[in-house]
Amino acid sequence: MRRAFVPLLAIATAMFMYAPILIANAPYESTMGLVQKIFYFHVPSWFAMFTAVFVCGVESAIFLFRKKPSADRIAAAAGEVAVLFGLMGLVTGPLWGRKSWGVWWPWDARVTIALLVELTFVGYLLVRKFGGPGADKLAAAMAIFGMFNVPFLYVSVDIWRTIHPKTTVVPTLPGGMPGPFWFSVAAFLLLCALLMTARAHLEHQRAALDALYLEEE
Amino acid sequence: MTFDFDTVELAEVSRHFGRRRALARVSLTARAGDIVGVIGPNGAGKSTLIGILATLVSPSSGEARYGGQSARDLGGALRRRIGLVAHELLLYPELSARQNLRFFAELYGLDARRVVDAAIERAGLRERADDPVAGFSRGMRQRLALERALLHAPRLALFDEPFTGLDDQAVGLVTVRLRLLAAGGAIVVMATHDLEVADGLVTRVALFRGGKLLLDEPAGAGLRGRYRELVRQG
Amino acid sequence: MTMFGRVAFLVLRKDATIEIKSLEILSTTLFFAVSCVLVFAFAFVKEGSIVADASAGILWIAIAFAGTLALGRTFERERYAETVRALLLAPAPRAAIYVGKLLGIVLLLISAEVMLVPLVALLFSAPLFARPLLLAGLLVAGTVGFAAVGTLFAAMLVRSRTRDIMLPILLYPITVPVIIAGVRGTAALLSSPPDEAIAGMWIGLLLCFDVVFVTLALWTFEPLMTE
Repeated sequence: MRRAFVPLLAIATAMFMYAPILIANAPYESTMGLVQKIFYFHVPSWFAMFTAVFVCGVESAIFLFRKKPSADRIAAAAGEVAVLFGLMGLVTGPLWGRKSWGVWWPWDARVTIALLVELTFVGYLLVRKFGGPGADKLAAAMAIFGMFNVPFLYVSVDIWRTIHPKTTVVPTLPGGMPGPFWFSVAAFLLLCALLMTARAHLEHQRAALDALYLEEE
Repeated sequence: MTFDFDTVELAEVSRHFGRRRALARVSLTARAGDIVGVIGPNGAGKSTLIGILATLVSPSSGEARYGGQSARDLGGALRRRIGLVAHELLLYPELSARQNLRFFAELYGLDARRVVDAAIERAGLRERADDPVAGFSRGMRQRLALERALLHAPRLALFDEPFTGLDDQAVGLVTVRLRLLAAGGAIVVMATHDLEVADGLVTRVALFRGGKLLLDEPAGAGLRGRYRELVRQG
Repeated sequence: MTMFGRVAFLVLRKDATIEIKSLEILSTTLFFAVSCVLVFAFAFVKEGSIVADASAGILWIAIAFAGTLALGRTFERERYAETVRALLLAPAPRAAIYVGKLLGIVLLLISAEVMLVPLVALLFSAPLFARPLLLAGLLVAGTVGFAAVGTLFAAMLVRSRTRDIMLPILLYPITVPVIIAGVRGTAALLSSPPDEAIAGMWIGLLLCFDVVFVTLALWTFEPLMTE
């Protein structure tokens, strides 16, 4: 990944620069008009977030059971990136919702699930920072539990919402706009991978520095 | 199912917490009948060493071997052979002496009736056996803690600063017990910064400073004089 | 009995022995739950009556809050004289300690719930006992799920300085499915006629949750508790 990093970064930058053109040229959605185009940022943010969540969970399991320190560093990076993209999703969502349906927070299933996963991983970061001795292991457990919780959240929150239908309707992926959409998804996932790599690299450097300190004595 | 060993070995064991090094490439062997004094000032890594030997702390690198086998491969059977007398009590204050001993005896799969009564006698707590530990004096608690830790006649007896805050009589009791253990074939490893007490008690001296093992040699006379400089704080 | 079962039972019996002497955790947990219920009642009761489903919500929130405190207090007992180390030193598989602790917490919480549920039913005229077996199923399955995650997190936080605040922060997002299932299931039982199918469905979800998370906890307990 190291050598490919700069070229991939260049590609990602190009994609993000080109994306507005694609999005501007994409067809308007019938009911919501221009505002709907936030969707090209909103949904890919969630794709990126859940990818990072998955990476964090898996690396945490590797760290906890195989005791590889590098896995912990990757998990730390993935956790931060997950919270970052989650934040993007949580900001773009209400912006879209307010304009389209008149409510800032629609309490529909997907939005609520996303919020809960975000909270779980904010908890992950808090544990890493404030957990005291052995914080890395506590955080790893949190990530693993959070990852396994996603299907349960999905089922329970989904059913919870269908029992109490509210004013909003969550749009499914509309047909007719797949091109710009998948382009955006690819761009976000690439960005997600690059950010995780860069952040993990920082952690690896920190660990290398610690090791040097330890050698020096 | 009964696992036993007569040597315990630390092979290039290191342990660090982030940037802080607790132990650096320590290699040490202890045999049945030894009383190894792990000597050093505070922060030298003694408690971490004891923790690793007790399988409560895992090393960052290197491993601890018991009779040649690594701790990872052994699990519960190994812990049956290890006893730890720590600085903390490791007793439930709400329970009585008898209840505490009975709980741990059963936890170790021992014949509770026989073993508990004997332990209460040895600790000199017959009159107060059914009183909650919370009401005991410090000396009584120490005696009980000692008995609880050694209830299962461990092969490896670990002592982490066992003399802190004890009066002379209690120190004498612990000393006698240590000698009895070693004479009975146990491997005794004792961490302390108190050279006075260690003098004449330990058979080997492992001197630590800043996580490094400075020297490892049979104990001679006059520990205090020989090692005082090395053990000095700062 | 296998060694695993024996050790879990010994830990449970030891905790029960300590608790029965003073009933300290049970009584304080119960009274905390009651004060929770009252606070929520003042918040939600309007002109002497309450929205029907709110009593279900209030019950489960009280259980969650009181349960969090009970978890903290239970592990404080193991922290006081570092007895958690003595337990980890025992020759038993370490996961057996988790199971013993889990059973103790579940029994404690259910004992509190036995007294709390009639109180909620009384205060809000909620027909909670229309289908007692289903309600019991919801409460037991939900308590086990909550306690399964809570016991693990409380155990791993026992040496942390910030354990008091970290436990709720970590526990609540993970146990949201339990709360949703518990509240919706209880609300289904409160409707007239009680919707048994829905309640049964939520019990099923809770049981799945219990199985998955107890299994996860059994796997992760030992690596978490070694420094």
